[in-house]
Amino acid sequence: MADVHRGSGSRIIRWIDHRLPFMAMMQHELYDYPTPRNLSYWWNFGSLAGIMLVIMIVTGVFLAMQYTPSASLAFDSVERIMRDVNYGWLNRYAHANGASMFFAILYIHMFRGLYYGSYKAPRELLWMLGVLILVLAIATAFMGYVLPWGQMSYWAATVITSLFSAIPLIGQGIVTFLWGGFTVGDPTLHRFYALHYLLPFIILAVVLLHLIALHRFGSNNPLGIDMKGPQDSIPFHPYYTIKDLFGLCVFLLIYAFFVFYAPNFLGSPDNYIPANPMQTPNHIVPEWYLLPYYAILRSITFSILGIPAKLLGVIFAFGSLFVLLIVPWLDTSSVRSSQFRPIYKWLFWVLVIDVLALGWVGANPPQGIVVTVGQIATLYFYVHFLILLPVLGKIERPRPLPSSIAAAVLGDAAGVAAPAAPMGRS
Amino acid sequence: MADLTDENIRHAHSDTTRRDFLMLTAGALGAVAVGATVWPFIDTMNPARDTLAASTTEVDLTPVAVGQRLTVAWRGKPVFIDHRTTAEIKTAREVDIAQLRDPQSDAERVKKPGWLVVVGVCTHLGCIPLGQKTGDDRGPFGGWFCPCHGSIYDTSGRIRQGPAPANLAVPPYEFTGNATIRIG
Repeated sequence: MADVHRGSGSRIIRWIDHRLPFMAMMQHELYDYPTPRNLSYWWNFGSLAGIMLVIMIVTGVFLAMQYTPSASLAFDSVERIMRDVNYGWLNRYAHANGASMFFAILYIHMFRGLYYGSYKAPRELLWMLGVLILVLAIATAFMGYVLPWGQMSYWAATVITSLFSAIPLIGQGIVTFLWGGFTVGDPTLHRFYALHYLLPFIILAVVLLHLIALHRFGSNNPLGIDMKGPQDSIPFHPYYTIKDLFGLCVFLLIYAFFVFYAPNFLGSPDNYIPANPMQTPNHIVPEWYLLPYYAILRSITFSILGIPAKLLGVIFAFGSLFVLLIVPWLDTSSVRSSQFRPIYKWLFWVLVIDVLALGWVGANPPQGIVVTVGQIATLYFYVHFLILLPVLGKIERPRPLPSSIAAAVLGDAAGVAAPAAPMGRS
Repeated sequence: MADLTDENIRHAHSDTTRRDFLMLTAGALGAVAVGATVWPFIDTMNPARDTLAASTTEVDLTPVAVGQRLTVAWRGKPVFIDHRTTAEIKTAREVDIAQLRDPQSDAERVKKPGWLVVVGVCTHLGCIPLGQKTGDDRGPFGGWFCPCHGSIYDTSGRIRQGPAPANLAVPPYEFTGNATIRIG
């Protein structure tokens, strides 16, 4: 590490670094950090999610300076932000659409992980921390959605907190506790605001753990095989900093499109009606990123073994996140990348379609064909994770893996020359 | 000091020592202390005294004609008051109770047959059922219909179809006069 600080202007930095090795750590984790040489653009979404989290915190802090978390004033304070506060509209639209962008990024990031087996040993904890981030993000987004105190805010809060009333015996007590009253009201709004401000910082802490776990073994890659030597990797800077930066520019274009040209496209118009505890909107729908869970919740219309449908719906909806958590142990195949798994590769895409179908079901009123599709899609979701994944690992015949990343990427010439190095090392 | 009887020597060498005992009791007391420290914070989230205090509502029923329905607010939630017609009472009482999801006779749910008083919150996920306004869809049983997930209640507020597990709740109330009630 002696040559960590290049250049002449680093005497002060050296003095500090000797006592607080922060720059050395950054150098190690962001500059030299050896990264597989074959990462595709699907590997952009981790850093995108991190940047999006920062954007959410920054816009959120400035919104908090203008917002009033009181049932009688919340709606008007949001309208004031939109009309009177300088650039308030920009800040609010950036925050509201930012939530959608954050979830889109998270979901792509997670499907990437599922496709390339990024959750497999030794990255199980890395994956589980990621699922934890998703759960925290859902809680944060839900509470944030309540803050504008429109009709959808109010009734989303009512319906979602009422889920806990499904718990036998203590359910109603828990709901009263969550509300701080006998309905969703002023105390509920205050606590949601406090927690909505707190949770992103907890997410930030979990992101840090996620990064520590990531840097322990480095990124997975499209081939899903380990780096075996220096010929398999390139330094993170400048190769992936520039790639991430390019991806960021493309992403920001999409984000800006929504913020400037379709700021309410992803929201529900009902949320511009002030909350009215005496009237429920005819059709309650969550934001798009929660639709699949909502579809699962509603798809259980029957009781099993005496457990009422309502409780089962809640169990299955939360269970969909739990199966994600234990995916590292459900998937029994030791081959990571779908490129070498001829059957799983197709099942992955069936799962994608299944989740999209659940999203469609969640967006539509539960009548007729929607109910049937929802039930089939819910069943398949669980069959995929609980039956197909474990069984497939036993019966699928994977295609032969390349000898190294360098051999696969650089072709046969390198493949012949390369093996000497890793063998010498092992 | 303890005398060196066989009994004492055996204790000194057994696996449960005095140190284990101290560890356990200290641990248990520590857990109690943590619980006692955390509880005040948790309890701040329970309904506050002013929230609990605002829990009775007086209603004058004189202007409500037979066949009319009235919504009043109690504890921030709607209470449905239905001045039922004799036909509605009759259909509510003719139902075979055994086949209901949440078996309750109509007589158990009212203080005076003409007046049904129920909390207007669907027992599924807390939406407010339709049926209070003229022209609302009351569902096939003439009671209430919840637009959120399709629960259907009869003229006694009992669940008849859909995902809701229980009947519309009857709030605590009493007739304070011939045509006034106090809810709560």
